[in-house]
Order: sequence, then C-alpha cells, then structure tokens
Amino acid sequence: MVDTSRISGLDRISIEHDHIVIGCAVTHTQIVREQSIRRSGTCLVESCGVIGGPQVRNVATLAGNVAHAMPAGDGSIGLLALNGEIEVADAAGCRWMPLQDAFLGPGKSAIDPRRALLTRLRFRPTVAGEASAFTRVMRPQGVALPMISMAARLQVDGDNTITAVRISLGPAGPVPHLARPAMDLLKGRPAVLQEFKKAADAVLASVALRNSKHRATREYREEMIRTQLPMILTRAAERARGSQVVPQGLGL
Amino acid sequence: MSRLQMVVNDRAVDLDVPDSRFLSEVLREDLGLTGTKIGCNEAECGICTVLVNGTPVVSCTYPAFKASGTRVETIEGLSTDDNLHPLQQAFLDHGAVQCGICTPGMIMTSKALLDEKLAMGEVPSENDIKAALKDTYCRCTGYQSVISAVKQASGQDIPPYIPKTVSAGFEVGRAKPNPDALAKIRGQAKFTDDYHFPGMLYARTLRAGVPHARIGSIDTSAARALAGVRAVLTHEDVPGRNLHGIVDLDWPVLCSDKVRYSGDAVAVVAADSESIATQALELIKVDYEELTAVTDAVSALNSGASVVHEGRADGNLLKHIKVKKGDVATGFDQADVIVDRTYRTPTTEHMFLEPECAIGVPAGYDPAKFGGAFDKDAVRGITAIHDKLSIYVGSQIPYLDRDQAAAALGREPDQVRVVATLMGGGFGGKEDIAGQIHVALLSEATDRPVKMLYSRQESLLFHPKRHATVIRIRTGATSEGRLTAVAATLYGDGGAYASLSEKVLTRATTHASGPYDVPHVKVDCFAAYTNNAPCGAFRGFGVSQSCFAVESNMDILAEKLGLDAVEFRRRNTLDVGLVTATGQKMRESVGLNECISRVNRDMRNNDFQWSWQEGRSHFAWGFAVAYKNTGLGGGAPDKSSAQVELWAGPGQDIRAEVRTTAAELGQGLPAVLAACTAEELGIPAKCVNVLLGDTDYCPDGGPTTASRQTFVTGNAARHAARSLTDLLSPVAGKLLACDPGQVEFNDGCFRVAGNSISLAEVVRAASGSGIPTVAEYEYWAPKTEPLGTGGDMHFAFGFCAQAVLCEVNGDTGEVHVRKVVAAHDVGRAINPLTLEGQIEGGIVMCIGYALTEHYIQEQALPWTSVMARYKMPGIGHTPSIISHIVEHPTSSGPYGAKGVGELPSIPTSAAITNAIYRATGVRVRSLPVDQDGLLRAMRAGEKEVELGWGDLEPIPVVTLGGEK
Repeated sequence: MVDTSRISGLDRISIEHDHIVIGCAVTHTQIVREQSIRRSGTCLVESCGVIGGPQVRNVATLAGNVAHAMPAGDGSIGLLALNGEIEVADAAGCRWMPLQDAFLGPGKSAIDPRRALLTRLRFRPTVAGEASAFTRVMRPQGVALPMISMAARLQVDGDNTITAVRISLGPAGPVPHLARPAMDLLKGRPAVLQEFKKAADAVLASVALRNSKHRATREYREEMIRTQLPMILTRAAERARGSQVVPQGLGL
Repeated sequence: MSRLQMVVNDRAVDLDVPDSRFLSEVLREDLGLTGTKIGCNEAECGICTVLVNGTPVVSCTYPAFKASGTRVETIEGLSTDDNLHPLQQAFLDHGAVQCGICTPGMIMTSKALLDEKLAMGEVPSENDIKAALKDTYCRCTGYQSVISAVKQASGQDIPPYIPKTVSAGFEVGRAKPNPDALAKIRGQAKFTDDYHFPGMLYARTLRAGVPHARIGSIDTSAARALAGVRAVLTHEDVPGRNLHGIVDLDWPVLCSDKVRYSGDAVAVVAADSESIATQALELIKVDYEELTAVTDAVSALNSGASVVHEGRADGNLLKHIKVKKGDVATGFDQADVIVDRTYRTPTTEHMFLEPECAIGVPAGYDPAKFGGAFDKDAVRGITAIHDKLSIYVGSQIPYLDRDQAAAALGREPDQVRVVATLMGGGFGGKEDIAGQIHVALLSEATDRPVKMLYSRQESLLFHPKRHATVIRIRTGATSEGRLTAVAATLYGDGGAYASLSEKVLTRATTHASGPYDVPHVKVDCFAAYTNNAPCGAFRGFGVSQSCFAVESNMDILAEKLGLDAVEFRRRNTLDVGLVTATGQKMRESVGLNECISRVNRDMRNNDFQWSWQEGRSHFAWGFAVAYKNTGLGGGAPDKSSAQVELWAGPGQDIRAEVRTTAAELGQGLPAVLAACTAEELGIPAKCVNVLLGDTDYCPDGGPTTASRQTFVTGNAARHAARSLTDLLSPVAGKLLACDPGQVEFNDGCFRVAGNSISLAEVVRAASGSGIPTVAEYEYWAPKTEPLGTGGDMHFAFGFCAQAVLCEVNGDTGEVHVRKVVAAHDVGRAINPLTLEGQIEGGIVMCIGYALTEHYIQEQALPWTSVMARYKMPGIGHTPSIISHIVEHPTSSGPYGAKGVGELPSIPTSAAITNAIYRATGVRVRSLPVDQDGLLRAMRAGEKEVELGWGDLEPIPVVTLGGEK
C-alpha cells in the first residue's frame, strides 16, 4: 500500500491553465466542497457527493475510485462526462492520458499498481453556456452498488442549440460507458426534452444493458435511461442557460 | 513497524505500530480507549467513528500511520468528570441512548457537524444532521431521538419527544433516562470485547463452509503444531453433552458426523493472538462428503428430499402447528367476498451492532500469574474472584447459558458462573448459544482466559435469523363487512437447527387471523428443517410474518367490499368479551379500538385524502393493526425472580439494589426495574442500583424474550420490594412501639395511627441488629394453557394501530416512508421516555423489514456474507413519528403494564404495502418491496407483484386446508 496523502501538492485542487487539477490525495469531501468544481464541474460534485457515507468520503479519493476501475464507479462516471484526464507517473516520467483509457475491464485498470502511480486528475471547467449534471439510482437492498449511474455535460448557444455534449453511464459494459451515438445525435439539435428522449432511445439502441442478480433487471435499467437521462440532460441544459447551479442529491 | 506520534484527547502518544495496524486497534488495544466500538470492520456501520484533526473517519479501516502528527478525538475526551458535552447531555435527555454500542460513534460524528456549523455561526438543519449521520447506524432508536438530541445540543430549543400518558405515580410513569445511559455516553460502558484479562488467549471457530455434508475425518495435527497455538478442540474434546438448544437439543457444540449448514462449528482454536488462531484454522483438514442441500421449507417436505436430521420420524418436518376454531367451510359459505392470496417474507438478520463475544475465565484464575492485576470495578462492581469457571457474555438468557455450558462440560450448573456483560443489541438474536460453550471448553483446556469475538462476517454466517415464510391466506367477509372465516397455510424455514422455530411459528400461526373477532379459523403451519442458517427468535417472533399477510388481505377485502379500510377493521376488532382464534376469551385490557381511533383521527385531520400525486411523486396513506402476546404462554411456566436489598447511610440516606438476570439489550429494563422498586419503597429511582445478569449474584429472571420482562421481572421487583418492607415491619413495629401487624408501609414510611418512621431509620436499625435487609421474590405469571385446549394461551396482549404516509417515486419506483402515526396499548407506561424509544425503534426496524432487509441465501450458502450486502434503515429512512400511548391496564401487570418490546415492529410493513397499493395500484405480496419489480409492474399495468428481482424460484403453490 502506498499512502499519498502527505505528498506535498497532491492533496490540493488547483487551477492550472485551462484545467481544474485534482491531486490523487484529494478526498471526495474536498471535491464536494470546492466552489470551482461545484460551479464548473457540477456532475463531479454530484457523483463524488453520493459515494459511501461522510466518513468514507473524508478519506477516500477520486483517484482511488478511478484506479478501482469499476464500470459504475460514481466519480469515474462524473469525470468521464467532463472529458477528464489522468496523469500517470512511472519510471519513464509523467504523462497525461484520457480517462477512458484507464479502464480495461471490471476492476482492471491500465495503471500498473506495481510500477505506476496515478498522480493527478484534471478536466476543463465548464464555461458560460455550458454545465453538467449527474444522477444515480441505488437499490435499497443488498449490494451497495448503483443500479445505474449517469452523467452529462452539455453546451448550448444563444439559440439553445447543443454545441457540445458528453454522456457517460454505468454499468453498461465492462468499463464506464461513453454514449457516443447519443452524443452524436444531440450535437446541433435544440436542447429540449423531446431531443433528450431521442438521445435516451439512442443510448438504449447502442448499449446492451444486463440483468444483474440482486442488483437490477435490464428492463429496469432501460427504464431509468428513458426517464433519468432526459432528466439530467434537462437539468444540465437549464444550468447551461444560466439558472443557478445547486448540486443535487449530495450526501444522500 | 512505524513510529506513530499523535495527540489523542489532548494527550501526546508515541508508539511503534505495525504498518498493518488500524487506528481502532491502536485506540482500543494499545491505548485501552475502548469507548470506540467496532461493529463491522468494513467501513459500513460507522460506530467506530473518531475525529482526526476534527474530521470524522471510520477508525476500523483507517490505517494508523495516517494519523501520525494529527489530533485524534474519541468519546473519552469529550467530557470531564463534572461536565458533560452538550451532545452527551442531549443524548441523555432525549433517550437517544439505548443499547449504547453505537452511541460513541453517533456522538463523535455529530460533534464534527456541530463544530463545523458552530464555526460558521450556523445551526444544523434536519437535512444536515441526516447527511452527517447517513452512514452511522443505530439499530435501537429509530433515529428520531438522535435528530432531536443533535438539534438541542446545537442550541435549538427542542424538548425530548415524550407522548402523553396517564398521570404518573411517585416514580412509575415518569420519563427518565435509563440508569446505564451515563456510562454509555461517556464511553465508559464495557461490552464483552472491552474486557481484557492478563494472560488472555484468543479463539476462533472453524466453520463448515458447506451447507450439508457428512464428515469423513478431521485432522488437527498441523494446527496443533503451529507455534502460539494453545488448544485445538473437536467433538472428541467435549467431555459432556455435545448438544445444545433452547427447545430441542439438536445443535452440536462441535460437529462430529455431519454438518447441516455452512456456519456449523467443526473445531475451535485458542492461540496467543487472533491471527495465529486464524492461521491455525487454515491448517485443519476436514474431509466432507457433500450431500444435497435442502434450500427452502416447501421443498424440504417433499418426499425424496434430502434429510437434514436423520432418525426423526417426521423427516424434515420440524413441527406441524394447528389452530382450529369453528368450521371454516361454514364460514366461507357465509361470506359474500373471499380474498385468497399467497405472501412471502424474507429471512432477515438482527444486525445488532455488537457482534457476539464471549470470554471464558478458568476456575482459580489469578491475573498476578501473568504479571497483571484485575480491576475489580471493571466487572460492574462485582469482585473479580474467579472461584469457578466463569463466562462473560452479553446474553439474553444467562441461566440457560450456564446450564448448557455446564452440560457440555459434564458438570453441575452451579459449577459454572455466567457474568452477563452489557449487550450491544440483541432483538432475539442473542438467545441461542454462540461462543459461550466454546470459550468454556477452551479456558478449561488451557487454564487461561480465552476470548472469542466473532467478526461481523462470522456473525452473519452463524447466528439464527428471522424465519422466511410462505403464507397462503384466505379471508371471507359478509357484504356488511363482518369477517366470517380465515384459513391459512404457512411454511416456515427453520434452517438447520430447531432453535426457537416451534415457538416462533406457533406465534405466527395463532396470530394468523389478526386481532379480530373471526368465528371460523383454520390455520396449518409447517415448520421445516433446511440447510439454511437456523432461524429463531427475532423481535416480532413470527407475528411479523403473519401480520403482513393478514393485514394485506384485510385491505384487499375492504376495497372489494367498498368499505373504508379503517372502518372495515373496526367492525371486526377484538374486544373485551370476544374470543381469539385459539379460543381465549378476552377479559380486560383490549385497547385496540382506542388505538385505531387515535390514529385515524390524526391521519384524517385537515384535508385528508388516502392518496394524491405531486409531480412524479405518488403519495398515499396505509393502515394496519397488530397484536402481540406478552410472555411465553402456551402453558410454559413463566416466572422471574428478583432480589431487593437496602442499605441506609446517615440521616435519610438510603440505597437499594435490585438484582435479577433479566437482560438489558437496549430496551430500557433497568429504568423499569428501578422505577418499580422505587415506587414500592417510596424512594427516588436514582437511589436504586440495578444489577443484572450475574448467575452467582442474581436470581433467575428467565429469558428476555416474548416482550415479557417489564411484566414478569417488573412484578418480581415490585413483590420483592414489598416482601422486604413486610420483613422490616417487625423492626418498624418495635421502633414505633406497636404491634407489627398494625404497621403499614406507604410513601417511604412505616406508619401506625398518625405515627411514622422512615424506611432509612428502620433499615439502619435492622442492620444494626443483624436483621437481613434483603428479600427475594419468585414471581409466577398467571397460568396459561397449551394451544389446542381452548384455554388462555396468554396472560396479556399488547395492541397497536399504525398509519404510514408513503411516497413512491413514479420514475424510479423508490419508496420512502414520510410519516407514521402510531398508537400502542401498553397497559401502563412505566417510563414514557424509554417506551417511546422502543416504539420508534420498532417502527423503523419494520420499515427495514418492508423496504431494505433481506438475508439472501443461494443454494443454502449466504450471499449476504458482509454487512455491505445487508441494508438496514439508516437515519435517512427515518420518518416523522407521532406516537400515542394507550393505557388499558392489565390487572396482573405491574401497575397495569404489559409488554411492548415487539409490538411496534409488527404492523408497519403491511401499512407500507397497503400505502404503496393506494399510491400506485400495485399490490406487493413479497417483502422486501423491490422497486425494480414495483416499477415494472406500474409500467406494465400489473396489479400484483409476488417476487423481488433476484428471487430465482417462483412462489411455491401452497394448498389450503390439506395436510401435507
């Protein structure tokens, strides 16, 4: 085990050039409390704010969530929608890589635990006309894993046309899933509920959701995509259009 | 090893600790700060929370080295001897302390919240409190008292929630904290794992791991050879009876020929450390010939099913229980409407937050031999001389533990002493033998104290659960809304050993027509052996299961009849003069109609609607009623003994002690016994010490089960106190210079014709002349009759009505209970504060039964192998609870009181599914409610859901009336 919590600089959130940079020792609690992320990376706050209980969030890190490489890791789903990147340090030096390249399979990370260290994570903060949102549905019995989690980052122009969009969700396959067909469909379309419902249909057409025992049926997960994905896209769009950003669901 | 320097409660600490050590281990074991409790060791339950630099962390999984250079705060640092922290005071005042095992973590987590809010000049909102305590679990309180306590501690003027009761007596009827609460909020209360004896060894148990197998051979040679191992015992090393069991002796102390569930004990090891003991387990080789596992109660009774206990005439049929009244065929002929449904309830887990722990101390143990001394005060003031083999354990039945351990050792019962320690919750799950016999055997074998602490995971695997049932129930009524007949067939999964299955399922059977006047009843219950975890006592004791079926059918019937659900029940309620399904005529103390009226009035205030919609949320009320016997009943001798002793100091100073082995599991018994004793003696309750559970010092209070202790031991204490004043009458007569026969005792004084003398003076005089000031009383509850005789099966019943307001999310199927209105007829409230704790805690536990809890077994192996796979209600599940206390006294109860421990935890589940039906149009017939299945049914327009997702087998077809 390597404890990174005392390495100077890695326990901080900073703004460097165009990025918000999160050290690997930064806890979920730090992220949830960080005003710049609440405003400009809201879906990450919303996803980090539902992991475990407060005592766990006070110690557990987003880097740990990413390195754990679970298909529905909440923080990973949130960061993926933000188009996050991670910095990996090994004998060859430090390099940034896209977040999705870190995931090889359920619990399988591209970061070699014996030779490399995930040192920092970053994403470009949302700007005016841009926002994000996250939600998850938990099963109240048994396994402490989400039935489904999803996040979206969305940019609209003055005509309420979608100029950029990312949608992530899980579990929908072996790694956190980026819903490209739905993203392609939405680009250039008006940010309205009807389009968001079409995007949900596009997600359903492009992913094979599974029945997982003691967790959720495929049918239920599909229904969640049908209702919850348009809901968070609508929320992201409202935020992008300038409504006040109040992160939802924190600590529940 | 790393050097760990930190400040703990303002004291500098400098230690060398292994890198693998967690902060909780450093605090508890290296620093002796046992106020920090361990519930799971998997960062789930939150009770081990301490503050590191002001931030709450779960110490059980917090690497100790991370605390280097920090400031750590634990419960022990919160108060000085003279001053309590505002949180401690508020927890005390609000009754937010019950068993006390979660209290330190609950208080420390709350402290971090208060400190943070205080620094910002804010007070925490209810949401802030719920968010902060989201993953800090309490199994006793139901959290409402916790929320109000935290609010009060933050300076908000929130009085404790105490429902109105009839006028109080001198002490009876007064709301007071449980006397043991002060030690619990200070972190001074000692549970079994908090004891340490010099020279102590650590024990572990080898469990079968397979559900059903014949044992070929057991080879312990490699384990015995491991350095640090002091003893390895198998069935061959059990000198006496290798069986235990509360009702049937069918449970091996250590298995010899066969294992019958995966938690069966095959060997035990005592070693210098727990890790050596764990290594030793891995070195024991057992050859198994695996047998087909029996996985459910219905298939267990099929011909050709694998047999769990060979040699029984009835195969896997543990018991066929029958209730018959009138003639159901006639009753159904008279019915205009008949509802016939099959329901299913899950196996559930007590999840008391203190896992089982037992310590055996050998006869003649001398701590000095191991370079130590034993602090006598550490054992609750009792001298620590171990003149006989002693077992320290948190137990619901200390005398039976003693007798069972003695039998296994081949000794007489009085050669063993059980010292009952504080118990971190029980709920029925600490009635069976856990490690008691094993530590007795191991401490005899090693001549050393031996501690056996179960991990949470072992506790989940091993101990008896609530019975899963399948219940088919047919209910008939006339168009005027009068019940005519109930016929039911129940299958109960008893698991591998009998435990209390027969008694639990008898209660399910006798209560299967509900608290109603039904002329024709026929109920058959088949209790079956399977290879699942054994099932036994669990708060509600079978009635939880049948109530769900009964009260669901009642709502379906009411709708078919076009009657209001409350009105339909009211037309059929039991009352004085009416007869139960078992033929018992109710003679008094039936407060059901008053309970219904009070709840109905509250539910229907303002603009009442049964259901409505707000956005995507469907809201609806659901209603259900229940009754539950007080006491063992069914002809079982039901008795309890208590001893009361008095001492007088100077002046009017007087102290009393009441002693019994009735057990405190967090329900508030010490407060009840202190009040009853004080009431009789006319002295303040605070002058009464309550000593529980030491078999060498306390008379037998019997099992703490069946909601019986307030009734039986409350009576025993009352009578013992009265006997004592009778005993002292001659002394008083002498001092008053009158005939002792003329002396009367009341209000703390002996009186004769206008002349009086205080109890203190009489006790002083008695002590001075060598007259004993102690009396013991063996109280026998009114006689009951066995099932089938038609006589009084029980001497009292508690009654209740509950209405719940549920919100169902129309998009996700998620269900939340927002409000509960409850009324409970308890006979008489002895202590309204602790009573309210029982009510709120019971309601929230039953919310768990309805919505979150399911101990899942697959092919007779537990899928629920860790706490993370068993969700019990957290603070976020807590609804607002409005509670009415109804007091229809029962003449033989102490001051009219009857039992309440189980009652509140019974009807909530049916009230919830009744609400869900009104909210969504979907009737859920299987617990726990599965939001996945519920939503799919809502979308598909299906009217009934009978399975949850993950339930592989369909509900079996249950035939009615036929005997299998």
